[in-house]
Amino acid sequence: MRSSQHDAAVVRQALAIAVVAGAFALSFGVLCSETGLSLPMTVALSTLVFAGSAQLAAVGVIADGGTGAAALVAGLLLGARNLAFGVALAPMLGGRLGRRLLASQLVIDESVAVATAQPDPATARRAFWLTGVAVFLPWNAGTVTGWLLTDAIDVAATGLDAAIPGAFVALLAPRLTHAPARVAALVGAGVALALTPVMPAGVPVVLAATGAAVGLWWQARTARAAAP
Amino acid sequence: MTWATVLLLAAGTYAMKAAGPVVLGGRALPPLVTRVADLLPAALLAALVAVQTLTADGVWSLDTRAAGVGAAILVAWRRGSFLMIVATAVAVTAAARLVA
Repeated sequence: MRSSQHDAAVVRQALAIAVVAGAFALSFGVLCSETGLSLPMTVALSTLVFAGSAQLAAVGVIADGGTGAAALVAGLLLGARNLAFGVALAPMLGGRLGRRLLASQLVIDESVAVATAQPDPATARRAFWLTGVAVFLPWNAGTVTGWLLTDAIDVAATGLDAAIPGAFVALLAPRLTHAPARVAALVGAGVALALTPVMPAGVPVVLAATGAAVGLWWQARTARAAAP
Repeated sequence: MTWATVLLLAAGTYAMKAAGPVVLGGRALPPLVTRVADLLPAALLAALVAVQTLTADGVWSLDTRAAGVGAAILVAWRRGSFLMIVATAVAVTAAARLVA
């Protein structure tokens, strides 16, 4: 494909992702409002944190009655993969410091996925910026709209409260392609369920991070077994 | 949720996003860090699904939302799109509440 054809494909992809981001953000705005967050606080989460699963996890922990500390740790643990994303993208995100500081805020699942799928660095750089901005705008617009709409709609009757666990399922599914991730997910879910009745809200979700350690152990064990 | 939580989460998330492009440049992370960062979302997202679906107010419980999330898991397993998965969770939960 020529470069212009790649660009056209990237634009189509970015637009599709923008629609999903807007819808997802609507349900995030509803969740924030239901949880009692003010509009400025809700907007600050979507502009300043700008990491869907980290925002959702933090507010989800608060919604379940957890403390701010548990919400913070859960959010940071979910955002940890951005560290690896940023490192992977660093070679293509060159330029002046100001540009790199701005680009960093746009490091999210979607921009990383589209950028790393491109055949050459120049297209990848354009794809990164386009997708990042294409998510940022509807994400914030959707968040505000969702927060404002909450009073006007019956959240329980429309089933909208189920949109959040639904979004968690949708975020989780593509990560379960390899066995260590499936082990981490199973152990994480099991630990959280087992601890919920005996621990303060939010803490079980944070301790579910031990699932990642078990996944790591599984990975090492399988690698050893495969070695000659 | 307080402003301190919001701002600390923003600062921490930004620091992790910016470490690569701003601080590390082209250098790589230790493989162990990359592997842990890759496995953490699976563990925590699964925990959030489990807790939000199968517990309420600190005790195990099964309600209409579990029906919606269960249907969403089926759609995800059949490789449905992001929107289809979320829409299924919402629609099936709403339908279950009409019946219940």
